[in-house]
Amino acid sequence: MTSNRVEHGGAAHTSSRKALDHFVLEIADDALVLGHRLSEWCGHGPTIEEDIALSNISLDHLGQAQCLYELLVENDANYGSADKLAFFRDSFEFRNCILVEQENGDFAQTIVRQVYFSAYYYFLYEQLSSCPISLLSDFAAKARKEVSYHLRHAGEWILRLGDGTTESKARAQAAIVQLWPFVEELLAPSEAASILIAESQVFEPSTVSSAYKQYLETLLSEATLEVPSSTAASPLNGRQLKHSEHLSQLLSVMQSTARAHPDALW
Amino acid sequence: MVEIHGDTITGEKVLRCLAEVLDPEVPVLSVVDLGIVRSIRVDDGSVTIAITPTYSGCPAIEPIKAAISDAVLGMGLSSPEILTQLSPAWTTDWIAEPAREKLRKYGIAPPLPRSAEVGIVPFSEISSHIPCPHCDSLKTEELSSFGATACKALCRCKDCREPFEYFKSF
Repeated sequence: MTSNRVEHGGAAHTSSRKALDHFVLEIADDALVLGHRLSEWCGHGPTIEEDIALSNISLDHLGQAQCLYELLVENDANYGSADKLAFFRDSFEFRNCILVEQENGDFAQTIVRQVYFSAYYYFLYEQLSSCPISLLSDFAAKARKEVSYHLRHAGEWILRLGDGTTESKARAQAAIVQLWPFVEELLAPSEAASILIAESQVFEPSTVSSAYKQYLETLLSEATLEVPSSTAASPLNGRQLKHSEHLSQLLSVMQSTARAHPDALW
Repeated sequence: MVEIHGDTITGEKVLRCLAEVLDPEVPVLSVVDLGIVRSIRVDDGSVTIAITPTYSGCPAIEPIKAAISDAVLGMGLSSPEILTQLSPAWTTDWIAEPAREKLRKYGIAPPLPRSAEVGIVPFSEISSHIPCPHCDSLKTEELSSFGATACKALCRCKDCREPFEYFKSF
């Protein structure tokens, strides 16, 4: 038994190491892609305060992505650099969820996307911040505080939109239904997450999922909106590298300068 | 608290020097007031400074690193190595009372203690407890949870009618 452990120690280590890298990339790519989407609002927000709020949230996400990419590079120089990970991978190499690559749509769609996304990460980080892998727990303890502000911001808007005018309510409800099929991907642990959960109990998916659903029900009912009853999930899955066409369009814009001028400094 | 290791006499001098390096976005607080500087180590004249980022997206972090480096060079020491330390995560609870007073005088309401945090309930429900930095009234309201920078919210006093910024508790 002892010899077995030694013999398979290396292999097991490699597979969990790969799972950790993939899991970190899922979180980092989510942050990068959503950060870019939110930056598209800059100069187009409905009010100056909102323009600034969305830009600040975008910056938080870009900073989170950069921090995680740098941690990956620190552990494995083969990744090259944070810029290489952000700007020189193609869409089929990104592990972000489908929700974040969805287009901004109208303001209600952006806010519903923020609620779906930030609530998940709030409850995920809550668990990860006490997990045994320090790379994850150190990052999560910090990011959770940022996401709590993102969630408050989006939650307040949902209350105003749902309990606002007939028009704002209809648009908010339409966005809730439209983006609902992408929520399942967030709540179901990816292959990488499953390996880490089995090996190191990094988080308890059922706890995250029930806290998430409870939060959504409370928030939406207060906003006089309804949680969809449909259980239909999107066939796409970013964790499995199956993306919508929106991602390659987003990347072609986001990566264009870095690719036109590789190794440029500014 | 800033930990000082190695040559503590020079370390204390570096700390006093960094206490003059101001945050470019809130130029009444120094990087030491903010709690960004976590530790200073001086060995044979080489200086290592561990700093912790505030918000992940704070664009001031690069200028802050450059200013810290310039300050140490200005002391006649060699260029410091600046390390980023994620844990423990930065919190506004590290901003001590004298620095809070500086914020108030500058017109920014200082952060409430983290213990006053109420998780993810809408911000508007707690903003009524933020005292106005101009007239101390508690009758204040939040206008936007993100102000000119991620670390500040935009508020208004219902008594003196003045708008003000609130340094959010984090």
